[in-house]
Amino acid sequence: MDYVAIILLQTTISIANLVLISAGLAVIFGMMRVINFAHGEFLMLGGYTAVIAAQHGVPLLLSCFVLAPILVGLVGLVVEYLVIRHLYGRLLDTMLATWGVSLILIGLVTVSFGNSVSGISTPFGSVAIGRFTIGLYELFLVAVTIALVVAGYLVMRFSRIGLIARATMQDREMAEALGINQRAVYRATFVTGAALSGFAGALIAPIAGVVPTIGASYLAKCFITVISGGPAIIAGTLSASGLLGGVNVIMTFLSTPVLAEVALLATAVILLRVLPQGITSKFFRRSQ
Amino acid sequence: MKDMQRRHFLGLGAAGLLATPFLARPALAAADKIQIAGIHDASGGIDIYGRPMINCLNLAVDKLNAAGGVLGREIELVNYDPQSNMQLYAQYATEAATRQRAAVVFGGILSASREAMRPVLDRYRTLYFYSLLYEGGVCDRNTFCMGSTPGQTLEKFTPYVMQKFGGKKVYVLAADYNYGQITTRWIEKFVRENGGDVVRADFFPLDVNDFGSTIRQIQAQAPDIVMSVLVGGAHNAFYRQWLASGMKDKIPMASTTFGIGNEQVLTTSEEHDGIIVSYAYFDGIKSPENEAFKTEYYAKFGDKADAITEGGAMTYHAVNLWAKAVEMAGTIERDPVIEALETGLSFSGPAGVTTINAQTHHNTLDSYIAEVRANNYVVLESFSQQPPSDTLAVCDLGANPNDATQYVVEVPEIAG
Repeated sequence: MDYVAIILLQTTISIANLVLISAGLAVIFGMMRVINFAHGEFLMLGGYTAVIAAQHGVPLLLSCFVLAPILVGLVGLVVEYLVIRHLYGRLLDTMLATWGVSLILIGLVTVSFGNSVSGISTPFGSVAIGRFTIGLYELFLVAVTIALVVAGYLVMRFSRIGLIARATMQDREMAEALGINQRAVYRATFVTGAALSGFAGALIAPIAGVVPTIGASYLAKCFITVISGGPAIIAGTLSASGLLGGVNVIMTFLSTPVLAEVALLATAVILLRVLPQGITSKFFRRSQ
Repeated sequence: MKDMQRRHFLGLGAAGLLATPFLARPALAAADKIQIAGIHDASGGIDIYGRPMINCLNLAVDKLNAAGGVLGREIELVNYDPQSNMQLYAQYATEAATRQRAAVVFGGILSASREAMRPVLDRYRTLYFYSLLYEGGVCDRNTFCMGSTPGQTLEKFTPYVMQKFGGKKVYVLAADYNYGQITTRWIEKFVRENGGDVVRADFFPLDVNDFGSTIRQIQAQAPDIVMSVLVGGAHNAFYRQWLASGMKDKIPMASTTFGIGNEQVLTTSEEHDGIIVSYAYFDGIKSPENEAFKTEYYAKFGDKADAITEGGAMTYHAVNLWAKAVEMAGTIERDPVIEALETGLSFSGPAGVTTINAQTHHNTLDSYIAEVRANNYVVLESFSQQPPSDTLAVCDLGANPNDATQYVVEVPEIAG
């Protein structure tokens, strides 16, 4: 009985983790169709912010909820101003340019802080479920992710910002004709995406640790999630994370961690063969 | 200054190459210096293992040069950084052997990197020293393995850990490449010989840093002991997640790798206190040689330098053993130097006395079992002059000098 409970719980944690690390990318890709290869490095910068701040005595939650989003958001603003705004609508060029940005960020962080930094311990301790125990911080991350998704939904559904965002996603030219400044919308979107990534990176730092190249461990998973999710940002990320995270955890329990990664990729390949535009191109279409 | 000269020399070399298309090597300027190469990761995910090894290599060469070099000639060391990229290892090995014409190559960290370089250096007949602990079994006349192998550590370590924790069920977590796979087989062998059982072994690619599902799986299996064969910066996350899941005090842990990259400094004491490890060198060894070595090391590289690891200490031994052999042979030519090494040369240094075993080209060395506590090691047990029993059982270079294989221990596969 506790075995079933723990598998369900672990699945929830993995799904939430996927949602959390993909959110920033989903916003940028969903809104702007910009393939941001520096996404992993935005996560990494968030993690470094949390770790360096913790070494200077700043409480973890303060750096997660305030410092990291602001700092990485600012980095996003600079990257948008210097690189991205010149490349809107040029999908392949954005890939190449953001890849360059990612290499620069890895280089800068390595030069500034070296290749290995001691991490921060995971806070909050653990809780027992039958013969299993699970870290409370992991459950805390699930709660934060749920709050993030609900907040995202409310903003998109009921606020003026959400209305502008949805209008832009559905028909850019029409929105522009109605007097919405597309440049400003894009800049805000990119900065929001970067800030979200910084937020996520800081939150997972106490579990994953930080190294300059950590972004590479996340990038592929995030892209697969976002692309499999399809056009709707929230429903797409949720459904793809649910499917892929679920497959990953269940396969880890049934076989080995390596085969679980293979199963995750295989699921994504089959999914994109059947639904080339992602899950939300066919299901949950109204959620756009 | 040294760099300047080198650049100048390279410039000359390039000019010479351009001017003479007949491969007349511009070796004249270098004739009085002995070229040697170091190939270790100074960047990328594996650099935590590389940095102390590079420091020790530089220190050993500087000391030899300060004492007048070898055969009265100065040694010129070129350090290559393969950036934790296996392809670059083969490339730099080729470069060291052909363009630089190194007399000897010191290097390799992951077993994958050693196996990338070994055939290259065999082909160019360039002497090769590998100084990190590894899974054993390399049988190659051109290669000398300085680090400890499972027969020197795990054979004592496994029963020690099983007895200390009163456990028979062992769960193995290992890096997914040759070192992790083969070491896991050795662990299975020694666990079974001591009446226990490996209940499950999980393998992880080097970039995995999420161990949540695995930790639940360990909880489901409820082993008595967890054995970590995890490698590199990303895998370090395991120790943090293990503590966060509240498992740290429930199931004891032993490791064949924790600390080889100075993980005891990169993790907190709550994360690592009580992990049991076994190596052929700890920086806490109390011997005049080691104290002197540590003083020189920190004087040269500063107080904040990476702590000295087994890989670092054995690199230092390797350079000195090579220098001794060259003096003995009276030349830097490969074959006479190998023959000199095969006379059973010894070096007494920071890791005690290590002696080349002629039959396997491995080291006879002292090994230790220690507990990690508060960013340091507490030595619990020591074993004097352990022969490389694993490789001795399969390798005889005296009888088969042309052997160049890596033998793998035969353990029947277990289910799960």
